[in-house]
Amino acid sequence: MLIAAGSTEAALAFVEIGAVALGLAVLARLAGRLGITAVPLYLIAGLALGEGGAVQLDVSESFISLTAEIGVLLLLFALGLEYSEVELREGLRTGVPPGLVDMVLNALPGVALGLLLGWEPLAAVLLGGVTWISSSGVVSKVLADLGRLGFRETPAVLNLLVIEDLAMAIYLPVVAALIVGGSLATTMTSVGIAVAVVSVILLAALRLGGPFSRGLAGGSDESFLLAVFGIILLVAGVAQRLDVSGAIGAFLVGLALSGEAERRSVRLISPLRDLFAATFFLFFSFQIDPADLFDTAVPALGLALVTTCTKIVTGWFAAARVGAGPRGRVRAGTALVARGEFSIVIAALGAGLVDGSRLGALAAGYVLLTAIIGPLAARFADRIPVPARLARERAAA
Amino acid sequence: MRETKLPGVGVRHDFTTGDGQDVGVLVHRDGRREILIYDAADPDVCSSLVSLSAPDTRTLSELLGASQVTEAVATVQQEIEGLAIEWFPIGSGSPADGYSIGDGAYRTKTGASIVAVIRGDQSVPAPGPEFTLVADDVIVAVGTTDGLATMRDLLHS
Repeated sequence: MLIAAGSTEAALAFVEIGAVALGLAVLARLAGRLGITAVPLYLIAGLALGEGGAVQLDVSESFISLTAEIGVLLLLFALGLEYSEVELREGLRTGVPPGLVDMVLNALPGVALGLLLGWEPLAAVLLGGVTWISSSGVVSKVLADLGRLGFRETPAVLNLLVIEDLAMAIYLPVVAALIVGGSLATTMTSVGIAVAVVSVILLAALRLGGPFSRGLAGGSDESFLLAVFGIILLVAGVAQRLDVSGAIGAFLVGLALSGEAERRSVRLISPLRDLFAATFFLFFSFQIDPADLFDTAVPALGLALVTTCTKIVTGWFAAARVGAGPRGRVRAGTALVARGEFSIVIAALGAGLVDGSRLGALAAGYVLLTAIIGPLAARFADRIPVPARLARERAAA
Repeated sequence: MRETKLPGVGVRHDFTTGDGQDVGVLVHRDGRREILIYDAADPDVCSSLVSLSAPDTRTLSELLGASQVTEAVATVQQEIEGLAIEWFPIGSGSPADGYSIGDGAYRTKTGASIVAVIRGDQSVPAPGPEFTLVADDVIVAVGTTDGLATMRDLLHS
């Protein structure tokens, strides 16, 4: 159909998609210049193009919605790839206390605000997820750009990201099951099934990830790419069928890959991920009503400020555990401020809820703010005054 | 030497020099390495001295390693009295060029033993009599000072 000569519909779709892709390319370059992630700019672009926006896309919307779905899968797959199973096991061994502090300090403000706004509890729990998870992409990029990878507090920051990744492996399927809902009994069963399925896959990934990766690693780039892409979609499809959320399936596939297969996936899937994920962020904000964004601006700003402070406290606590001084602890905290791709994925899960549209708008505004505040705070972390009482702590210890 | 894992980035090794300076090497997952120097005033902070690709790393370690081998040899010489170690480069005009170690009958003639041959960036420890020497090889031989002097004559004359 699409290749038939003179198909005006296809021609129009090509022009639309091409123009959108070029626009995103300009935004990605601009973000690179500014030293921030492109995610907030994609969200703004989506607002301009979506419902009530300046320009309407019609023909290509169904295409973009499917690529957006694939984008989430590849995004989560890449997030799962980021850490090897050895790093995950190491993270679990040492990182649980800071991980708990992270969850309590950063998820609670989101949940509290959601309840305060009179949202249904589930939407509030999702907002807690939005404020909880730092953007591992932004954090590691900021640390590398500022030349802080060798700093003493950096392992604490990175380990926290590992723990957040693992926490998501439980959080996402549980809330996905809760969203599907039903009576109390069926909800409990589906949550139980979700946790059981994820635990089994996670254990298998940690135990059998090696042989699985080695079996996959052979062959040409072409066959490898197709195999990995196929496995991601298959596992995601099966997970979705079991009400566990396809994204989590893709995430677990990423966790399971290690060694040679992991390196090749990073090289081969990353370009695909960038392409599809950009459409995901775009599509996410297509559905946001600019009026909602305006209404939620004040809560988003307040939430961003509060959770900036709570992330700094989290970083302070985590870095203190590895023996970093007060300055290093502040640096660790500011590095963690930026939220990003995970927050949007979480908000997207709740799109079908009664308060889903406001949740989406608030999350978009919130990610926009923290993605700008985060890298700036990290850059000027050394100028943030540390209370004298706390600064002396090191000498005492 | 201390090792710290950096999830998603790589591994950091660091140690304190005799002068009390903390030095680290950050090995990225892609094989790139950075040499880090820690700030004396704030030991949490470091600056990256230089970033090296995999081939750069080999070059640098060769530069650092070469002096290490010389040092080790000097130590051995001091430990065993009367025994000397010498390195003989084989020139293109050397009578040894193209002949095996057995052909040269070096041990019979000098009493000194060839313990290793360095060829390019590889070293062959304990080469047998069938090992053929070629120009640009470097021979590492152990023997008495007289024996080594005789070997030098055999190889260079």
